[in-house]
Amino acid sequence: MVPLSQLLPGQSGKLVSLNPERALDQRLMALGLIPGMPIVVVRRAPLGDPIELRFNETEICLRAEEARAILVDVAADCPLPRPPAP
Amino acid sequence: MSAAPLPRVAVIGNPNTGKSTLFNALTGLRQRVGNYPGVTVARKSGTCDVGGGRLVELVDLPGLYSLAAVSPDEQVVIDVLLGRHAGSAPPDAVLVVCDANNLLRNCFLASQVAELGLPAVLVVNQADVARERGMDIDTDLLGARLGVPVALVSAWRGEGLAEVRRHLAAALAGGARLRRVEWPAAVAESVAEVAAAASRDTGKPVPAALAQRLLFDVSPALAESLRWGEAARAPVLRAARERVRRSGMNPPAAEALIHYGRLRAELEGVVRGASRPTRTAAVDRVLLHRFLGPVAFAAVMLGLFWSVFALAKLPMEAILAGVDWAKAAAAPRLEATPMLQSLVTDGILGGVGAFLVFLPQIALLFLLVGLLEDSGYMARAAFIMDRLFGWCGLNGKSFVPLLSGYACAIPGILATRTIEDPRARLATAFAVPFMSCSARFPVYALMCSAFIGPWHGPLWESVAMVGMHLVGLLVAVPVTFLLTRVILRVRPAPFVLELPRYQLPKPRDVLWRVGQSVWEFIQKAGTVIFALTIVVWALTYFPRDTEVAERARAAALAAGADEAKAAAVAQASLVESSWMGRMGKALQPAFDPAGFDWKLTVGVLASFPAREVIVSTLGITYALGEETGADSEQLREAMREATWAEGPRAGTRIFTLPAILALMVFFALCSQCGSTVATLAQETGGWRWAAISFVTMTALAWLAAVAVYQVGTALA
Ligand SMILES: Nc1nc2c(ncn2[C@@H]2O[C@H](COP(=O)(O)OP(=O)(O)OP(=O)(O)O)[C@@H](O)[C@H]2O)c(=O)[nH]1
Ligand SMILES: [Mg+2]
Repeated sequence: MVPLSQLLPGQSGKLVSLNPERALDQRLMALGLIPGMPIVVVRRAPLGDPIELRFNETEICLRAEEARAILVDVAADCPLPRPPAP
Repeated sequence: MSAAPLPRVAVIGNPNTGKSTLFNALTGLRQRVGNYPGVTVARKSGTCDVGGGRLVELVDLPGLYSLAAVSPDEQVVIDVLLGRHAGSAPPDAVLVVCDANNLLRNCFLASQVAELGLPAVLVVNQADVARERGMDIDTDLLGARLGVPVALVSAWRGEGLAEVRRHLAAALAGGARLRRVEWPAAVAESVAEVAAAASRDTGKPVPAALAQRLLFDVSPALAESLRWGEAARAPVLRAARERVRRSGMNPPAAEALIHYGRLRAELEGVVRGASRPTRTAAVDRVLLHRFLGPVAFAAVMLGLFWSVFALAKLPMEAILAGVDWAKAAAAPRLEATPMLQSLVTDGILGGVGAFLVFLPQIALLFLLVGLLEDSGYMARAAFIMDRLFGWCGLNGKSFVPLLSGYACAIPGILATRTIEDPRARLATAFAVPFMSCSARFPVYALMCSAFIGPWHGPLWESVAMVGMHLVGLLVAVPVTFLLTRVILRVRPAPFVLELPRYQLPKPRDVLWRVGQSVWEFIQKAGTVIFALTIVVWALTYFPRDTEVAERARAAALAAGADEAKAAAVAQASLVESSWMGRMGKALQPAFDPAGFDWKLTVGVLASFPAREVIVSTLGITYALGEETGADSEQLREAMREATWAEGPRAGTRIFTLPAILALMVFFALCSQCGSTVATLAQETGGWRWAAISFVTMTALAWLAAVAVYQVGTALA
């Protein structure tokens, strides 16, 4: 279980938990980001922040700051240290 | 027409699903559409025939993902749904627009809307895109599961509209409601408890659907808009949430979990076939690439502004020629009545013509921004720029308002409604008027073409033009930084923005938008600018003291001037003794440190209601009474010749390089637009910020102009 902000571009995982006490996370849940949802970190913006996420059919951007409180289980075929070279 | 009000249908749905496109198709109106989440920021009504001449009022609304509204555009929707606008009831039915390509997420909002218990029709839009991707949507099954009729629609192509009309007619004749989720007992009890307490404390009945929002929403926005005070609501909500928690659910998460849990099951088997990925991912690999992305962004922005200037040149010259032709044609016909002649050629044609010249540029800017927006690139630009904007307390969503500000501040300020954080929104609205709007262009164009071009060549002319467009931006950065960091203390607010699919821009939508802005511009030229021009002309024409003129003429002749020169001197003395001339002279000392003479001071004063007036005012003050009026070449000539009449600089040229730069900088920064100030007041909920903006911009403009002139003169 790691914060979403630590995933490298191209890595994917399953959402474990977020912090619904924050209005932002409630919004993300309304978008369909609920526990168990597979989620991909598509890329980071050229300046390093925000990050682009894809889940279900939705693509959104989100700042790393906010992604820190979101915990994911990294997919088994995508080990943490380095993503497979594209 | 019957006297009874038409039944009302609210169009709601996620952002960017095609609500406004559908609204336009059903009503024949032309609401703005675009491929960016958050194009519509206010409600807009139209009438739609649902068959057999039965009319309904359709209300197009901003998009939203959840009824847990945060930003003002989302609150508009809640207000309409709950009938909280002055003198209006809740709608008689809702038209829920979903994107066929993302049904699960779109149906979440439908589940929330179900709680309102209104008759509903579900529209599954963008069916053409879904079909192309190989998706096959079983609308009958979806309708059976959700409990309402479903229409498969391509609003853009006009497919499926008849079905929507039919379903709407049925819905209004007592049609079906969206099926509601079965709430666990603990939630139902808590909702009842909140409803009772809120009704009691606010003295107004609070329906269960609203109470549910109060129970679930983390954001206090709704409770505050009900005027349910913190002290009264906190214990009630705490107890109600505690009950939900005891039953094993986390209250703020419960709603999404329950709705999505149910929707997963209900959407099972509704979408068949593969959903092939669109080309969006491939395009983004280039346009959002670490290195190529910023390069592409810079190229797009440079290309945008370069095209506006390069491509507008020809049509602008054509308009100028047309205006000159009209003046030349009108002048001899009105010779018998000099006052009327002056009014028509100097006042009306000179003023309005000088304004209309910029039509091509405005049209081009709107065209290019429209193309960018409809392609889907704007959201990407926001993504790229978020970090930079974040440093000044703004966020990526500030990009669209600021870029729109280059065309006109008013749509730019309105576009800030999509920014959730109120302080970031305020800061963005504050920064927008600093962007060099197209109305500032005339004064840059005049100064650069009259002076910088002839003195230093076309290269420096372009450099000056580009520089002037950046001055506002460069000043806005530290000002916004100060405002957000020191005064408002904006905390970094969350930034969540959906990236829409790319599409080929739709010529019809983009051209509509261009046509609309051009039309608005022409209307402005025909009303506000026209009126102001006449006022300025009158103030400059009256009181016509011929005795003074005669004396000036005689003096000039006596000093050895020829007949023509003497006539010009006489004219100048008339302007000088006019109301406007007296006013300019009285206030000139305030602008003296910036190198403005009394005529420029008149121009500056006259431009406060609308800065476009400057060029025509200079035309009137510098060249009034010349044979063919204030056409631009003559105006340039007159300005090049102008010298200081008295004081320590007597006899030297007024328009030196520092003076020209100071004038342009002044116009770049000054708040000279009544409509902008009024829009700011409306959008920030009072005159306070409008006044702060006016004072700040005007003071900065004066300081910057003085600094440029003084430093420039000292160096020269
Ligand atoms: N291919 C296709 N595109 C569509 C269809 N309907 C809308 N669009 C496009 O989707 C984009 C969004 O359309 P809008 O009508 O502005 O959407 P909206 O729901 O009003 O958006 P907001 O006002 O931002 O909430 C535009 O670029 C439209 O051209 C459709 O049926 N098919
Ligand atoms: Mg819209």
